[in-house]
Amino acid sequence: MPPPAPIRRRVVVTGLGVVSCAGIGLDAFWEGLHSPAPPGEHRVHDFDPSSWFDVKAARRADRFQQFAVATAQMALDDAGDLSIDPMRAGVVHGTGVGGLETLETQVGVLNEKGERRVSPFLVPMMMSNAGAAAISMRFGWRGPCETIVTACAAGSQAIGAALRLIASGRCDAVISGGAECAMTPIGLAAFRNMTALSTTGVSRPFDARRDGFVIAEGAASLVLEELEHARARGARIYAELLGAASTADAYHITAPSPGGAGALACMELALEDAGVAPSEVEHVNAHGTSTPLNDLAEAEAIEKLFGRAGPLVTSIKGVTGHSLGAAGAIEAAACCLTIDRKQVPPTAGLEQLDPEMHIEVAAGGPRPYRGGAVLSNSFGFGGHNGCLVFAPLASTP
Amino acid sequence: MDNDATFEKFKTCAVEVLQVPEDKLTLGARFQADLEADSLEVVELVMALEEAFDITIEESELDGVETVGQAFEIVTSKL
Repeated sequence: MPPPAPIRRRVVVTGLGVVSCAGIGLDAFWEGLHSPAPPGEHRVHDFDPSSWFDVKAARRADRFQQFAVATAQMALDDAGDLSIDPMRAGVVHGTGVGGLETLETQVGVLNEKGERRVSPFLVPMMMSNAGAAAISMRFGWRGPCETIVTACAAGSQAIGAALRLIASGRCDAVISGGAECAMTPIGLAAFRNMTALSTTGVSRPFDARRDGFVIAEGAASLVLEELEHARARGARIYAELLGAASTADAYHITAPSPGGAGALACMELALEDAGVAPSEVEHVNAHGTSTPLNDLAEAEAIEKLFGRAGPLVTSIKGVTGHSLGAAGAIEAAACCLTIDRKQVPPTAGLEQLDPEMHIEVAAGGPRPYRGGAVLSNSFGFGGHNGCLVFAPLASTP
Repeated sequence: MDNDATFEKFKTCAVEVLQVPEDKLTLGARFQADLEADSLEVVELVMALEEAFDITIEESELDGVETVGQAFEIVTSKL
């Protein structure tokens, strides 16, 4: 006799917050996703920390931490009063590199003025867990508070970890997401010298002329909540998070495994976790970075899993650029908005699909969304894969 | 530099680092209780004072320092 299935509680998304070069706040972000890519560097020029921090607190927080807290605040404001037991309220946030700007500034101080001038706040500002820690402190949430650091898969994997905390019964709500601000001189030089960045500065996911990713900064937070907890307080529910998966390529530190084998395995496991058949997936919010290797491997994996008449694929990175450890969280927020607003945003920058790819990519304009399952992909340097499966609550009684 | 001018310079550093209104920076003000400055912020203030006054303050000298007046005394003793 097989062991009894563990109790699995259902998890829904009841709050969203986004800081992106595509827009700050949900309406601006959604509008941005339907616009051409913003010109120039994909920084969040309009972010004003004084909206979220007093002067002293802002000075003590790296920009990535400010983004994390700002989006968490937006998401909680959006979710309304959770009336939650703080011990059953958790935080799982992701980042690729944490407080790089702080570290870089203080290395300059060390070189110019000597070790006695290095800020005593360097460690608490640069540490990758600074974002999650600041969120827990701001809201007094005292349950699990953890950080996922898996490069460009961090945002998705954080949300997957948060799902498991609620599904297993440990937490009733978790603030999850990711934040990244790595557009510092050394961060830019390092990515450029890897030849990972687009030399044209244009993000063209799945396009025949794509030549690398466009680096961005940003963050998103989601309030994930146990279904009955959300229902009991009459919460507005964006979507159900049906399942998640996390796998490793175990192949190469930066290149994806041939044929997208790692991506394929992760997508399959996520669908299995969600109890969703490939035929029930209507839309894939792709990792789609605009690098030659990623997009080809991902397209191959999608074709293998779904066949040539597969789901509608989009990559919002045509607009948002690639915000590394925040990307999966920003894209998860886009998935929730796609479901809530019944529309798939287009892949900006895509003009001519790479002829080696046999997938249907939304280009030119938005497409209607009809209520099927939505798969979100994220893949990171290190061979980390993270996939999430969302669906409207109504279709899963 | 007379004592008043030195204290003005001291206050400028403290206002900048601790982000407190100048009128709260009295000699009797306690860093933690009155100025909401934790130990890391006091370290940062000391670093700013070392730079502003071109002095060196050892960590051991800060033992038992709780008020603005005590910190100011350390600074003036080195000028």
